[in-house]
Parts: sequence; structure tokens; C-alpha cells
Amino acid sequence: METSILGSILFATIVAGTPLIIVALGQLIAEKAGVLNLGAEGMMAMGAIAAFAVTLHSGNPWLGVLAGMLAGVAMSFIFAVVVLTLMGNQVASGLALSILGVGLSAFIGKPYESEILPTVSAIRIPLLADLPVIGNALFNQQALVYFSWALFAGMVWFLYRSRAGLVLRAIGESPSAAHSIGFPVIRIRYLATLFGGAMAGIGGAFLSVFYTPLWVEGMVSGRGWIAIALVVFATWRPFRVLVGAYLFGGVMVAQLFVQGSDLDINIPSQLLSALPYLATIIVLVIISRDRNTVRLNAPVSLGQPYRPEA
Amino acid sequence: MRFTKITIRKLALVLLAGALSGTSFAADNVGFVYVSPIGDAGWTYQHNLGRLQLEKETGVTTSYVENVAEGADAERVIREMAKRGDKVIFATSFGYMNYMLKVSKSFPQTAFVHVTGYKMGKNMGLVNARFYEGRYLTGVIAGEMTQSNVLGYVAAFPIPEVLQGINAFIKGARSVNPKAELRVIWVNSWYDPGKERQAAMTLISQGADMVTHHTDSTAVVQAAEEEGVYAFGYHSDMSKYGPRAHLTATTHHWGDYYVQTVKEVQAGSWTPSSVWGGYPRGMIKLAPLNDAIPAELQARIHDLEKQLTERKLHPFAGPVIDQAGKTIVPAGKNMSDDELNKMNYYLQGVVSKIPN
Repeated sequence: METSILGSILFATIVAGTPLIIVALGQLIAEKAGVLNLGAEGMMAMGAIAAFAVTLHSGNPWLGVLAGMLAGVAMSFIFAVVVLTLMGNQVASGLALSILGVGLSAFIGKPYESEILPTVSAIRIPLLADLPVIGNALFNQQALVYFSWALFAGMVWFLYRSRAGLVLRAIGESPSAAHSIGFPVIRIRYLATLFGGAMAGIGGAFLSVFYTPLWVEGMVSGRGWIAIALVVFATWRPFRVLVGAYLFGGVMVAQLFVQGSDLDINIPSQLLSALPYLATIIVLVIISRDRNTVRLNAPVSLGQPYRPEA
Repeated sequence: MRFTKITIRKLALVLLAGALSGTSFAADNVGFVYVSPIGDAGWTYQHNLGRLQLEKETGVTTSYVENVAEGADAERVIREMAKRGDKVIFATSFGYMNYMLKVSKSFPQTAFVHVTGYKMGKNMGLVNARFYEGRYLTGVIAGEMTQSNVLGYVAAFPIPEVLQGINAFIKGARSVNPKAELRVIWVNSWYDPGKERQAAMTLISQGADMVTHHTDSTAVVQAAEEEGVYAFGYHSDMSKYGPRAHLTATTHHWGDYYVQTVKEVQAGSWTPSSVWGGYPRGMIKLAPLNDAIPAELQARIHDLEKQLTERKLHPFAGPVIDQAGKTIVPAGKNMSDDELNKMNYYLQGVVSKIPN
């Protein structure tokens, strides 16, 4: 009995952390290139409604995920044109994108509010899923959960082991230096921003097609903002994003378990609800307290427009 | 660039003109202020059904503004409605109370009605429904049908209205099954489908085979459908979100009250009143019972409904015993409305601890 409770907490933790990981890792790439896009909430909302609508009409959740991704790309393209080509303020444009996405998705989603999708069944990995306690939690999950792990591995390799990752980081550090040795700063920033949008769209698709298979206005409920905050608190390092997302999911799930149990713990539920935020911030701040590593990992040019000189 | 700016300005003007032309109203218009989008089920959806019934039965024109935040926006919206000459204005969320009271003082000729509040004015009445009556009945069904004797409840905020529902549910369940226990999870949000679902999943993994919720989405019913347990909807009939799992739902019906109020205003006989209606006024009903409920139990539920309608059954009839074993209401007495409105404890049978 004890192990099955642990197993189900672990299972729920991974599910709750997955959209945060996908969205935050996408944002991490954009931010590493020096682009701060605060529009994640809006891009997720658009991804969620696009994925929901396409899944409903086609009956194929994968087409839905693709549509969600494209919606995220389209949203981030608007943002990229404004801040990279027109040199708009990144913070203001990102906030506007968030508001636009949440509002537009509500408008587009009106006719879909009464619809429901069938649940997509999990993918069970033979043998591994039979492991005690962790087996079911780790290896009997939705495909996008495995995708989030692959994304993480790919990102670590890309950022720290590939030449392209080095170029990306260089652009985030010093766009003028990167430009002067011949790298197309704006083009690479476009690609990084669009990648961030694609991941936000997939994160939204995970919510509306896999996590809670329904569409309702405002269903993203702040997860886009949490993802953005995670990137900062994780000091732009993929592994810490992973830790932060699971910590957040884990504490949220654990506090629900504590509430539902007959344990005599007298903590106001408002405080319990704030606990995931508190715990994540505290832990990430502690592991990132070394100022040198923070300076080493924070992209210097983050949020600053770059105008290539001729 | 200049060109773009001008076009955008023009576009804005056109949009504004469109919005203004959309807000021209007939003289005896009735205004509704909604706290959330109408959607397809839930609190605001039920109020909107009431508005449609009002239009159909009285022929008045109505208008509504949805998704109005419980703040300064609410005052602006209510004031606009009063200014343009709406005869009656219904504000359908608790947080509108003070704003409506303020506006009502500037428009003495307009009838204001606030839903779920406690402040009245010279031209402002109150209405609320005894949601707990439906909760009691669903508790009876849960108590009879549970195999595990564990029931689950996903709740928003620990305010008296929500606690009345929780306590009525366990009291109903315990009236037929003294072994039934209730686990409660607070999500501290009226509306977060992801979290509501997570809470339902948690309750189910802790053994609950009957779950219900006092939040606004349908996520709990859907979670129950997936996990193969039973659920009770709230606000609206949510059976299409869980055709197998959804046993019934406590549903709200505001239409009759709206019709009566508007007719009184038209006849000039309206005076502000405080209405707290339930089964006797038809403001609370159960959604159609699922065939999974045995016929014998269905008959008993219908009988209990009849008793509620005839005021022969009070869900909080004594003895009412709280979680600690203290008697709140002795046998032979019913809990008073005043006591109901101050409820801040769990009754016997709830195993979770109250969160403050």
C-alpha cells in the first residue's frame, strides 16, 4: 500500500511537471540566444486550442500536437517580427503576446467548450514498466512525457556539445561579437524564438489533449508564467529546469495527498497551495546561490535588441 | 510607418463604433452581470439559462456582460447598465455586492438584485439557493453505492457555502451508511481544470470510489469517467462529460425567480427581499438519475426530493455532530439559517482536517 501511494505520487508528479519542462526548455533556448519572450502563457493557450480543435476534427491526437506546435510557432513569429525586425521592446511585446494569446484562444475556442476528446492511452514500455514502485510511474506514461526527456537530452547535447549550440550561446552573450565574426545574429534569434514558440505550443497541446482532455477558456492557468520563472530560477541550465519542474509538480501533488489523507497536519490550505512555488524558488535559489555560476550562465544580452551594423 | 498608424487608428474607430451600436437598448431592458464566460456548463451557464427563460416568458429584452472581474470593473458595468435605463439588474457573483450597493444608491428607480450576498439596500434585493439540499441527496446515493466506503470531494475555498455542501454530502451518506468517510481536498481556486483533475486523481488513489466537486470545471467528472469510479456533477448536468461515471448532479435553476422578480417590477409591486430558495421553490434539482443507480434507490431519492419540497426533510436536522464529536444541533431541532451561514467546521465522517 505504501509503495503504491509513493508510486502514484511519483506518477502524478511527472505528469504535472511535463508541460512545464517542455515550455521552459523551449524558452531556455530563446533566452540563451538573448530573446526574452514573456508570451509563453499566450502561446500555450493558442497551442492548446489549436491542438484541441484539430484533434477533435481529425480524431488524431498527433495531428493535434502538430497543430499546437504550429500555433505556437505562428504566435512566436509575430513576436519575433516585432522585436527582432522592428526592434520593439521585448518585455512589453511579450506581455502583449500573452494577453493576445489568452484572449484570442478564448474567442476561437467558444464553439469547442462543450466538446470532449477521448483519452489518449499511455505508452507502456515492456519490462521496465514492471519495476516495483517506479516502473509504472516512469515507463507507463504519455508519449509527450518521453518526448520531454528526449528534449532534455537533446538540449544538453545541443547547448554544451554541439557547435551550433556554442554559436547560439555566443549570440546570447555578445551579439555584436558574434556578428563581427560572421554569424547571422537576427536569423539565429528568429530560429531560437520560433523553437521556443513551438515548444510552448506543444506544452499547450499536452494540457488540452492529454492532461485534461477538454478545452475551457483560461485552462493554462498560469503555467506559462511558471515556466518562464523556472528558466530564471534555474539560472538557464537545463538540468535545473528539470529539477525545478518536477519539484514544483511533486510538491503540488504531495500537498494534495496530504490534504486528502487523515494526517493531522494543521496548515492553512492557502499556504499549502503556495508551497510548490515557495519550495521551488527556495531550492533553486539555494542550488544557484553561487554568483559566479549565475553570471556564467545568464545570457548577457537577454532582452536587449540588437541592430546589426550594415 | 505613418500609414500603418493611421490605419490602425481607423480600425480602432470602426471597432469602437461597432461596439457602441451593439449596446443600444430598449427601454425596459434587464441587465445581467456574469463573473465567468457562459461556457457549456457551470455557475454562469445556469444563470444564463435563467436569463433565456426570462426572455421567453416575459418578452423583455435582456443583455449580459460576461467575465466581469469582481472589482472596479463590476461597478463600471453595473453603473453603465443603470445609466442606460435597465429596469432590473442582476449581479450573479458574491464579489459584486459592495459595488452594486454603491451604484444602487445613485439609481433609486432601478431594481437591483444581488446573488449570494448578504447586504440589502432600499432598492437592492438578495437571492441565493440552498445548494446543500441537492448535496444531501447525492450523499445518500454515494453512501448506498460506495464499495470502499471512501468518498472524495474537491473543493475551492473554505467558506460557509462550500462547507454546507461538504457537510450535507457526508450527512446524507452517513444517514444510510455509518461507515462512509469523506476526504476533502482544497484546490484554492474556483477554476483550474488541471489542479481539479489532479485532486480528483489523488482522492481516487486514496480509495475514493465516489467523487464530487465544488469548483467550476468538469474535470472531476472526466477524471472519474477515466478511472472507472462514480461522480456527481455540480451546477449543471455534466453527464455528457462522463456518461458512465456521472450518477446525477446538483443543478441550479434561477429562471422562475428572475421571471417573478421582473413581473413584480413591471407591476410596480416589487420591494427588495431576501430569498434563500431550495427544493420548495424549484431552485435546486437533481439532474436525471443514471441507470446505474438501482431502481429501489432511485425511488427513495424521489421520495426524499418530495420530502424536501414539502419541507418535511431538513438536511441539517439534529443530531448534528461535528468532527470532534461535539453536538452542534441536538436531536429534534433543525439548524437555523443563521447557524448555516456561519458554518466553519466539518461534521462527523469527514476524515480530512479543516485547513485553518
